[in-house]
Amino acid sequence: MENLIALLIGAPLLGAAVLLCGGRRLDRAGHWLGTLLAAVSFVIGLALFADMLGKAADDRAMHQHLFSWIPVEGFQADIAFQLDQLSMTFVLLITGVGTLIHVYSIGYMEHDERRRRFFGYLNLFVAAMLLLVLADNYLLLYFGWEGVGLASYLLIGFWQHKPSAATAAKKAFLVNRVGDIGLSIAIMLMFTTFGTFAFGPVLESAGETGEGTLTAIGLMLLLAACGKSAQVPLQSWLGDAMEGPTPVSALIHAATMVTAGVYLIVRSADIFNAAPDAQLVVTIVGAVTLLFGAIVGCAKDDIKKALAGSTMSQIGYMILAAGLGPIGYVFAIMHLVTHGFFKAGLFLGAGSVMHGMNDEVDMRKYGGLRKYMPVTFATFGLGYLAIIGFPGLSGFFSKDKIIEAAFAKGGTEGWILGAVTLLGAAITAYYMTRVMLMTFFGEKRWQPDEHGHEPHPHESPKSMTVPMILLAFGSVFAGGIFGIGDRFVNWLKPVTDYEHGHPPISAMAVTSATVAVMVIGVGLAYLQYGRRPVPVVAPRGSLLTRAARRDLLQDDFNHAVFVTGGTHLTRSLVYVDHSLVDGVVNGTAAGVGGLSGRLRKLQNGHVRSYAVSMFGGTAVLIAATLLMRAV
Amino acid sequence: MNALAVHNLWTTAAEPLNKIPAPKIEYTQLAPVLIVVGAAVLGILAEAFVPRKGRYLAQVFLSVLALAAAFAAVVGLAAGGYGTTRAGIAAMGAIAVDGPALFLQGTILLASIVAILTFAERRLDPADHGHKVDSFAAEAAAVPGGDHEKAAVKAGFTTTEVFPLALFAIAGMLVFPAANDLLTLFIALEVFSLPLYLLCAVARRKRLMSQEAAVKYFLLGAFSSAFLLFGIALLYGYAGSVSYATIADVVDGAVTSVNPALAGTMGNDVLLLIGFALLLMGLLFKVGAVPFHMWTPDVYQGAPTPVTGFMAAATKVAAFGALLRLLYVVLPGLTWDWRPVMWGVAIVTMLGGAVVAITQTDIKRLLAYSSIAHAGFLLAGVIAATPSGISSVLFYLGAYSFVTIGAFAVVTLVRDAGGEATHLSKWAGLGRRSPLVAAVFAVFLLAFAGIPLTSGFSGKFAVFKAAAEGGAGALVVVGVIASAVAAFFYIRVIVLMFFSEPKADGPTVAVPSALTTVTIAAGVAVTLVLGLAPQYFLDLASQASVFVR
Repeated sequence: MENLIALLIGAPLLGAAVLLCGGRRLDRAGHWLGTLLAAVSFVIGLALFADMLGKAADDRAMHQHLFSWIPVEGFQADIAFQLDQLSMTFVLLITGVGTLIHVYSIGYMEHDERRRRFFGYLNLFVAAMLLLVLADNYLLLYFGWEGVGLASYLLIGFWQHKPSAATAAKKAFLVNRVGDIGLSIAIMLMFTTFGTFAFGPVLESAGETGEGTLTAIGLMLLLAACGKSAQVPLQSWLGDAMEGPTPVSALIHAATMVTAGVYLIVRSADIFNAAPDAQLVVTIVGAVTLLFGAIVGCAKDDIKKALAGSTMSQIGYMILAAGLGPIGYVFAIMHLVTHGFFKAGLFLGAGSVMHGMNDEVDMRKYGGLRKYMPVTFATFGLGYLAIIGFPGLSGFFSKDKIIEAAFAKGGTEGWILGAVTLLGAAITAYYMTRVMLMTFFGEKRWQPDEHGHEPHPHESPKSMTVPMILLAFGSVFAGGIFGIGDRFVNWLKPVTDYEHGHPPISAMAVTSATVAVMVIGVGLAYLQYGRRPVPVVAPRGSLLTRAARRDLLQDDFNHAVFVTGGTHLTRSLVYVDHSLVDGVVNGTAAGVGGLSGRLRKLQNGHVRSYAVSMFGGTAVLIAATLLMRAV
Repeated sequence: MNALAVHNLWTTAAEPLNKIPAPKIEYTQLAPVLIVVGAAVLGILAEAFVPRKGRYLAQVFLSVLALAAAFAAVVGLAAGGYGTTRAGIAAMGAIAVDGPALFLQGTILLASIVAILTFAERRLDPADHGHKVDSFAAEAAAVPGGDHEKAAVKAGFTTTEVFPLALFAIAGMLVFPAANDLLTLFIALEVFSLPLYLLCAVARRKRLMSQEAAVKYFLLGAFSSAFLLFGIALLYGYAGSVSYATIADVVDGAVTSVNPALAGTMGNDVLLLIGFALLLMGLLFKVGAVPFHMWTPDVYQGAPTPVTGFMAAATKVAAFGALLRLLYVVLPGLTWDWRPVMWGVAIVTMLGGAVVAITQTDIKRLLAYSSIAHAGFLLAGVIAATPSGISSVLFYLGAYSFVTIGAFAVVTLVRDAGGEATHLSKWAGLGRRSPLVAAVFAVFLLAFAGIPLTSGFSGKFAVFKAAAEGGAGALVVVGVIASAVAAFFYIRVIVLMFFSEPKADGPTVAVPSALTTVTIAAGVAVTLVLGLAPQYFLDLASQASVFVR
């Protein structure tokens, strides 16, 4: 069975190659091919999953060694895969949700003349993401990491004719470079510390290494995770990334790629377990981001940007859980999977709404859409209930466990983290209710655009609604399937370590509190947006609202510190380069050239001077030879 | 034994003639040289007896066949172990048959074969009065521009004598690195120099320049030969013998018997040192080392381009071979004396060649200065004074000769109304018009510059490595700096060819016949093979790096 692992990656990679190199003759069938190959990968994943279920829990990891990439003395880089329960979870999420989104895109991108290329990039993304989670060493993981970064860049900027999309793609790429540097430094540190970067040896010997080194590696890994998963301080790109087509936002910037940071931290659990300082920083980053994203989500009128803020916040939950250690790893991944379902569903719903509203994204121009788009309303609504943690739905099970684990951290930290997660849950309920009310309830607020076209909201085609319905099933039932009877815990336990956390207050109390803050959040939003009509032009708002609309001034901060600072640094370096370095270089060149011009004059064409030169040379030769003996 | 033979000759000279022993000649070991000399003599006879119409074909056929046969003989000797286990001295102590000799002879012969093909090229110039013409004058003796010349051109005369002349030169070159006594060395030097002087003078176009070059080369060559000969005389005075082995023994103090006729001078180190310096000067002149290089640019520019290519490659191989043998066989006991001097020569040669090349505007002069810089790099390998130094120089010479002949062959292709367009300004934009020719030339230039994946890199790396291991690290630093300077003007030509706008009245690229095509193709092939997979040839050179004494 393990020989199938490479095929998992191979199928979408083949799709990407064929679609991107195949040219126009594939325009008519390209999207079907891309979807088919993603589905093939999903079926292979299911087969491997079935095979894995048939084995004993401790014996489920499979390995495939494809070939030695760089086999030299003291440096071994292999193209080799490892499929264990953690990777399996991701494989099913990536290929499953990925396939659904491929199907959805067939409808969504129907009128785009570059649809073949779009599917090529999607296939490329699936292949790279699978490589990321299947690699059995950090170097290959890095390869996949860069691959998804590339695919993300290409897809955010897919509508490159829009300057905003091109800029957003560039921004995502640049911010991710910062994180990638963290990953590359971490890998270099691993190599110098352990002499290898294969998961097995590195993680096994992590416990015997000095804590300082491990803290450094951990912090560098965290930096990488911050870049890819849009965590503070590298969060600024995710909002702009919504410039990409909505299926991209659903797949890459909600369900899969942005969770790669969580994967990286959970995969490196042994390193973080032995570096408590790094772990603490991880929880702080998670806690800050979960509030940051939630606050930004409250203020956005663009439906996709509101959802992007929510994504940031939910990944903050996962990172926080991953920072809690063995009491949190499993729940980080569990929330990751349930979030993959409901957030992808929400984004697809948003895409469906936009599809029906002439690509309008401003929620203030929606309103009352539930009558026009019943399927979208139902699926979006289920996703909404899931994300706010309505009892019995997916988000309830996974988020509640994280809040419990945060309290179980113990001490003051536990209380602070627990309070933050509860606060986050309240804000989540608030902003998601706001989105729901502004979009589907109330009076219709849309007007004709400048060309006089009035939007005619309508339900989307089957190719779009079916994936939404399937994801809605996931949003409803996944949490229950995973959570009841600790199924997910038992599944992942052999890979990630698991300790049952004991919160200082009873689990029942935590759950009650969670439900209570959820109700408060929903109530507040209802008072503000349900009882009163929503103004079409946004009111000025408080200072905090205005700041949150500007993403809590993240871009202003980056501009002031990095752009301006960087510009000054560059200017001074350019100055030094021009005056000093170029001076030396050009001076040398001019000197050599001048010397050449002078020496050239010695070659005057007269045999007599040549003979004199030879005579003089010989004299010097003799003199030097004699002198050498004399000395 | 050798010393004794010479000694006997001297002491028994007064006795009756019948006591002179008949010389013993090992015809097998000398076969390569004998074949070439024989072919040269046949070529002269052909000039006398074959009708004018048939001479060209007969000469080309004879030359290529003779060179190929000689090369086969060299390969046969090497395969027979004469380069390693059966290496020895032949022809009464006059000639050494050993690894370096065979390797260099093989290199000279291969380079000569491809060079002779460019001699025979007759398709580059348009037919003159219905006669195909090559690079050589219709009648070299005719006054340039005179009536006699016009008549010769009209009659379709060609100087087919260049083929036997080249064969004589090659024969001399084959002997030069194998010479095992100083007189043979001198005779070989003259045998290969005199035909070269003539060859330089017989260009079809720019005849005055060609003749000027020949006269300069001849005068300076004679000047340097005089120094060399005087050096030989002084060394004889010091050692009482011209044999390499005997001189080496005297230097080491192994011979104590004193020739009564030379009692006043034998063992006098001043004679040794001055003689050595003069001898060295003679050889450095031939390799074109600074400050004995001044003939190189003028001669390279004036000589017919096929001759320049041949000379630049084969002369350098032969002269470096002789230099190696002199330093490693005759004067190993003097290493501490010659090394510092050679250091100085190598440094000024590398830097001088590279620096002056920067301001050159003529492609042939540029290549001339480049050859001076390369002589400097080779000297760095010579100075290593280790077996790996020898093998690296051998490899470098093989690699360099093919690049050089190929590059000059490309120069013959780029032409305008006045013949070859050698001024660099005319090469602007060549890459747009003739991408293939420009690309090939770019390969040669990159090899000259020592860019990886070309033979130039493998050779330079081997030489510098040997020099560094031989304790000449500072020399390597200078070498790398000189290489950096040199890279500038090589790359400048590439930039000129590919990134400049072509001129409206620019040159055309002539389509050569199979002859030049083979030469250029061989140059490119060797350049790339030695660059990509040099190991086999490095091993070969290192097997061939032991001198017999």
